Amino acid sequence: MSAMTHVQTTLNGEAVEFLCEPRQSLLEVLRETLGLTGAKEGCNNGNCGACNVLIDGALVNACLVLAVEVQGRTLTTIEGIAPPGGLHPLQRQFLEHAALQCGFCTPGFIVAAKALLDRTPRPSELEVRQWLAGNLCRCTGYDRIVRAVLAAAEEAQT
Amino acid sequence: MPVVWIPALLRPLTGGQARVQAAGATVQAVIVSLEAQYPGLQARLITDGQLRPELAVVVDGQTSPLKLRQPLTDASEVHFVIAMSGGAGP
Amino acid sequence: MTTADKPTEFKVLGSTPLRQDGVDKVTGRAQYGADIRLPGMLYGAVLRSPHAHARIKAIDTRAAEAYPGVRAVVTAQDLPELESKVADLGEGSMNLRYQSNNILARDKVLYFGHAVAAVAAVNAHAAEAAAALIQVEYEVLPPVLDVRQAMRPDAPILLAELRTDELGQKGEQPTNVAAHYLDEAGDLEQGFREADVVVEREFTTAMVHQGYIEPQNATALVTADGQVTIWCSTQGAFGVREQTAEILRLPVSKIRVIPMEIGGGFGGKIGVYLEPLAVLLSRKSGHRPVKLTMSRRDVLAATGPTSGSYIKVKMGANRAGQITAAQATLIYEAGAYPGSPVGSAMGVIFAPYRIPNARVEGYDVVVNKPRTAAYRAPGGTNAAFASETVVDELAEKLGLDPLAFRLQNGVQEGDRRVNGVAYKRIGLLEVLRAAQSSAHYQTPLAGPNRGRGVAAGYWGNYGGKSSASASVNADGTVSLQEGSVDIGGSRTALAMQLAETLGLPIEAVRAAVADTDAVGETEGTYGSRTTFATGWAVYEVGQQLKTQLCERAARLWNVAAEQVQYAAGVFTSGEQRLTFAELAAQLDRLGGPVVASAAVQPKTWGPGFAAHIVDVEVDPETGKVQVLRYTAVQDAGKAVYPNYVASQMQGGAAQGIGWALNEEYVYDAQGRLLNANWLDYRMLVTLDLPMLETVIVEVPNPGHPFGVRGVGEVPIVPPAAAVANALYRAVGVRMAELPMAPGRLVAALQARQG
Ligand code: FES
Ligand code: FES
Repeated sequence: MSAMTHVQTTLNGEAVEFLCEPRQSLLEVLRETLGLTGAKEGCNNGNCGACNVLIDGALVNACLVLAVEVQGRTLTTIEGIAPPGGLHPLQRQFLEHAALQCGFCTPGFIVAAKALLDRTPRPSELEVRQWLAGNLCRCTGYDRIVRAVLAAAEEAQT
Repeated sequence: MPVVWIPALLRPLTGGQARVQAAGATVQAVIVSLEAQYPGLQARLITDGQLRPELAVVVDGQTSPLKLRQPLTDASEVHFVIAMSGGAGP
Repeated sequence: MTTADKPTEFKVLGSTPLRQDGVDKVTGRAQYGADIRLPGMLYGAVLRSPHAHARIKAIDTRAAEAYPGVRAVVTAQDLPELESKVADLGEGSMNLRYQSNNILARDKVLYFGHAVAAVAAVNAHAAEAAAALIQVEYEVLPPVLDVRQAMRPDAPILLAELRTDELGQKGEQPTNVAAHYLDEAGDLEQGFREADVVVEREFTTAMVHQGYIEPQNATALVTADGQVTIWCSTQGAFGVREQTAEILRLPVSKIRVIPMEIGGGFGGKIGVYLEPLAVLLSRKSGHRPVKLTMSRRDVLAATGPTSGSYIKVKMGANRAGQITAAQATLIYEAGAYPGSPVGSAMGVIFAPYRIPNARVEGYDVVVNKPRTAAYRAPGGTNAAFASETVVDELAEKLGLDPLAFRLQNGVQEGDRRVNGVAYKRIGLLEVLRAAQSSAHYQTPLAGPNRGRGVAAGYWGNYGGKSSASASVNADGTVSLQEGSVDIGGSRTALAMQLAETLGLPIEAVRAAVADTDAVGETEGTYGSRTTFATGWAVYEVGQQLKTQLCERAARLWNVAAEQVQYAAGVFTSGEQRLTFAELAAQLDRLGGPVVASAAVQPKTWGPGFAAHIVDVEVDPETGKVQVLRYTAVQDAGKAVYPNYVASQMQGGAAQGIGWALNEEYVYDAQGRLLNANWLDYRMLVTLDLPMLETVIVEVPNPGHPFGVRGVGEVPIVPPAAAVANALYRAVGVRMAELPMAPGRLVAALQARQG
């Protein structure tokens, strides 16, 4: 086993430190070391988006990022999306629109959609579909997910 | 008497007949009387005292969970069909 | 929504409350199988075969055992050797010896990815490194990858003891054909003589995967007294318990299975893969908990897929538009062990039509590919792709509208299936009419290289065993424990049925999925059965609660129980009146808790039919197909939780469109899977699909207290055929192979031109 590296980061608004091996992915450290299991492993090679998190506001697949790379960066995971005591408009609209069946893809979709709305507050349907094309959902056929994101954008405007 | 529909693969045993009448108040009893008329049929439907696992018994259009113990009336229609995965239906 | 027969007024059913597990699932809090972490937990890894067909001559595990951090290594030697015994496991029966050999290969590996050994170590990296050190000596054998090759007399044999079964009659020769089935009705030759138009075509379809996003996982702990606890992702906790008990020869009472939240299954998470391994490793490592999770590569290579197939269909119709005869031969890949869904496929292929003369023949054939598992309406998509394409061509040749032709020949109550069984009340004709009058079908489609296709589909749905229990809380709420794993909102659909039964608002009922020690036996979430059968158990629980509560009210009011009425949440007797909550608050002084449980095994499940309409546009240069518009119409019986009914219809349609256009297992000549990842096994993404319109038709199932039929499976049956028919209308070629991938479509267009 290789030597551990010390990493300091800001995670969902709080300063966090952890030790990791250089080979460990951010996804592995989030899930196994930090106990944040909201980001899911669907493929571990960048094809499904179930592991989506934000690094300095940018959308990444946590399975493709090494944990040592987040030194000094700011991380947001699904656990950090909701405001205290409530739900984010995306979370609320996913529920209202029944935009999940098994829910396994849901954290990834919500994190990805947040990254979209943060830069494009009123996206078109096509923009939503283009942005979310890196996230796989096998249950819903995407219809309700796309509608939920559009509705969340609308909610945030009003 | 209940009417029994003979699975196509077993029709050589009934001289090609697709439907036969057989007396009996349960599926089991009907198979026993079928065997008397058409020797060899019972062994193709029952194994180790149970209906073959690949078969389902359908009585009056409904797959019976009671299988051999399913009670019958004189007007019953009995089918032995391939048991479907996940319920492709009788 | 269209409703047939007498509509019933419901208060809760048909409404759209938020799902009860919703907040956990949108906040990342819901605990799926791989999220579990127990003190002292070890991590497992599985070594898999690089060969499609080989004899195992020796396995040397010494280097793995010596690797730092390794706590246990197991091979098939650690599994009890089982007799052949067929167990009925929901969506398809399984031979337990084959099931055991699939979990760890004993003397032969039969497919690329077949598990050979497993390791538990202090972390996943050590386990993987150690597994790679296991030396396996193979004698490589020639693989057989195609069903028609596998049926040849000189084909390599996978299973030396296999003989073809024909309803209890065994063949004499070793073979790869596990079973031969036949259904016949009427006089086929006469039927074809009566036909004015006959269409005969051959089809092939590729092996595809369920594609659930959550990989298989299992964590097990065996304590020093031999008590086993398993946490896993499964469609049915009781099935895991039964299979694990059989495979490891353990008493059922020694095993407790705790179903975690499940990230999709679609039939692929009924059979066990990892659970017995986790138990063996926990036992061998000195009673430490062991977690196993599959990689996506393992999921694709070694779990799930549904059969590729070869299907030949011949149908005839007369000038009046009546189908006079139909014939089909279906040959389905079972994968490495017998058990393809060919029997189900035979039941699907001509199900929507009245056909006086028919012959349907099926073959279950083993090949060197993973053992197939159920996939949503198992076998149905392949079968309907073939038959519904031929039906479309018949309609075209007769100059008839494809929906009108289907309506003219469509089955209704009393019509007989090819196997002779008569339909009860079904809703096909209502579905076809709703499709005809849908906004989609009423809107003309124009433009070059565009076409509209339709197809119908059938699934029988299933009943099976279900249990539930509930207790009344002092504040007038009710806690429901039920045995069905919730994959897509079923907790809420069940709570709704209890609330409806009790005349309470949905907010008063909270449902929880119980583990195998906490509720009566319940079959898995498959066969479109949960809302139907577990819903029925819940209804019975509600009836019992009402009876008990009426007795308590009678005690309070000093009247006979029969003098108490209950309606809309209020108990009355003469002038006396008490709400549900008021009575609940007094239970302690009226005899203590009110608890009820019920178990059911209904036989009156009701078939469902669907009709799908699709518009496509083809780029003739590249063969790329864009789906422009899609509508799924389906008879759901009573739609309990309509948002989630529609979601099932959309999800099934999307899977079917992916199957139609993209998805396939690609093997090389040696039988190595070349596309065991999602970049190369391409599932549909947001950009591939338009919004998916749904029309829910409600023809109540007379065999259910609320009229429920199943919903989940039917919608994957029509899409491939509907897309193929649309492609024909768009560019004039009849595709006979799935997937209708760009390369194949371009080749077909070129062949037509020249
Ligand atoms: S797990 Fe990271 S993209 Fe799939
Ligand atoms: S809800 Fe199951 S994968 Fe999206």
